[in-house]
Amino acid sequence: MADIHEAPHDVTPLPTYFFVFIALAAGTLLTWYASTINLGWANTPIALFIATTKAVLVILFFMHVIHSTRLTWVVIIASFVWLGMLFVLTFADYLTRFWAID
Amino acid sequence: MTSVTYHDVQFLEPAKTRNYLNVDYGALSWLLTKDHKRIGILYMVSISVMFILGGFFALMMRLELLTPEGDLLTSDTYNKFFTLHGIIMIFFFLIPSIPAVLGNFILPIQLGAKDLAFPRINLLSWYLYMIGAFTGLLVVIIGGVDTGWTFYTPFSTQYSNTHVIGTTFGAFIVGFSSILTGLNFIVTIHRMRAPGLTWYRLPLFVWAMYATSLVQLLATPILAITLVMLMIERFIHVGIFDPALGGDPLLFQHMFWFYSHPAVYIMILPAMGVASEVVAAFTRKKIFGYTFVAYSSLAIAFLGFLVWAHHMFVAGISVYSAMIFSFLSYFVAVPSAIKVFNWTATLYKGSVSWQTPMLYILGFIGLFTMGGVTGLFLAALGLDVHVTDTYFVVAHFHYIMVGGAVMGYFAGLHYWWPKITGRMYPEWWARLGALLVFVGFNLTFFPQFILGYLGMPRRYHAYAPEFQVLNVMSTAGASILAVGYMLPLVYLLWSLRFGRKAGTNPWGAVGLEWTTSSPPPKDNFHETPVVTWEAYDYPAMLKAMGETQNV
Repeated sequence: MADIHEAPHDVTPLPTYFFVFIALAAGTLLTWYASTINLGWANTPIALFIATTKAVLVILFFMHVIHSTRLTWVVIIASFVWLGMLFVLTFADYLTRFWAID
Repeated sequence: MTSVTYHDVQFLEPAKTRNYLNVDYGALSWLLTKDHKRIGILYMVSISVMFILGGFFALMMRLELLTPEGDLLTSDTYNKFFTLHGIIMIFFFLIPSIPAVLGNFILPIQLGAKDLAFPRINLLSWYLYMIGAFTGLLVVIIGGVDTGWTFYTPFSTQYSNTHVIGTTFGAFIVGFSSILTGLNFIVTIHRMRAPGLTWYRLPLFVWAMYATSLVQLLATPILAITLVMLMIERFIHVGIFDPALGGDPLLFQHMFWFYSHPAVYIMILPAMGVASEVVAAFTRKKIFGYTFVAYSSLAIAFLGFLVWAHHMFVAGISVYSAMIFSFLSYFVAVPSAIKVFNWTATLYKGSVSWQTPMLYILGFIGLFTMGGVTGLFLAALGLDVHVTDTYFVVAHFHYIMVGGAVMGYFAGLHYWWPKITGRMYPEWWARLGALLVFVGFNLTFFPQFILGYLGMPRRYHAYAPEFQVLNVMSTAGASILAVGYMLPLVYLLWSLRFGRKAGTNPWGAVGLEWTTSSPPPKDNFHETPVVTWEAYDYPAMLKAMGETQNV
């Protein structure tokens, strides 16, 4: 059984938080800018890509996951896998409703 | 030095030292307690009140259905009664029942820990439960709700003129109580096991609680989000689920059942854990296929997330996805069957004794199996179309939730009652209670399978006259069931004062909880235990106990 004192300390230097904050602000502006250009079907995937990148930054740095134990990584990845299950199986319904049966 | 044998230990008087019950007194010592055992007791009292309330609504429904005409309750009142029965029994009784009562009390002791990892969060979870429960009670007092426990949209968001917001808010709050309990258990199991208590030495109740906690943690937030969206749509008419506002009602059903189907496993997995403990204790054998039983809990927890849309086969989902969900639903039967076969194999050539917990668990195994097999009927696309929204479904899920989860709760309550209170309950009365519950349950719900197959729809207060005989049988069974449930309330309270002193280990069972006094001391153990035996290894355990009891 692991000793609770083995958990690593947060070693993120202060400037990193500022850089992440600037990246998040830039991501927000980029999302706005991308929405002003008509890229057809690509608008939504681009917006989602930017949002996902921002979420990853928040999880890794602001939530300190980058310095966390492997168990924490397992918990976070498992949570997203579960969310993926919800999305994939729900879309298995939505995207196939037009499949006709003769 | 005198050696105290295992046989002597069984009949030792409880320790004269202070225990968790008499360590301090007064209402505040309970309301502000951080002791997992006292919090378990607080939960026990709270959910018992809810069980009685939910049972009252059930009995009123059964009385209404004694005759084909809707003569006792109006249709509106009947709608409210079945809704309140469902909401109270599921959100306020079944989901917290075994985890919050028996899990809270027993799990840390089975791990050899002094308490749960986060005692304050544990107390917070009880307060959240109470806030949610009082919100629910308030709704009962001010007029009720009529959406069914499933809150289907657009009825719940646009058309129902009852107290939908209050009810969903109560369920929303109780959800957080459930999340915090699950979180606490997971951390405790990972970090606070006694020296020597490796994963494969854990009692199967702990494995079951671990799997349950994963489901609580991963599924309940989806319910919270769904209920918030429902409240937003009802309050400020944002189009999420209502087609008239640009929403999709099936989105609600997808999200609701993503939680609510796994919620069935929040109810049944802990009961399976109790079954493993009780079967081993009352057969004097190791559980057959320990690792298979342990991993089948995790498999049920995982597969339980992949089957939700079998509740929606006739709701308008695509045929392709219905086939996928039907196929996946069959898979859940595999780990469930592994457990049933392994319990049965454990019984084989075991030294079976017929104490009350064992009677409940034998009932559990049979009733759960019937509930599971009829679940496969419902997973079959063609047959499901025929019996959806009939009493067949009602019978099926009551075989799982009452025949399974409630029987498991009562088994666990009787099994650990001597540990919790230090007193034995009267065995004869308890066996009578178990028998009444089994007979009453089958008489209540088996006729409902036939009613459903013949086409009687659920959720109506009047029905065609040809269904009356089976409905009378069902109502008669419900009366017997009510007596069966009231008996434990009487004799368990009686035993608190008049019951025989239990001693440390009245069942001669293995497990760390049976090595500490009854009731346990505040910190559970006077010294941190060191585990040197395998799970359910009776010979090794008894030898170790004999060696460590030298005085």
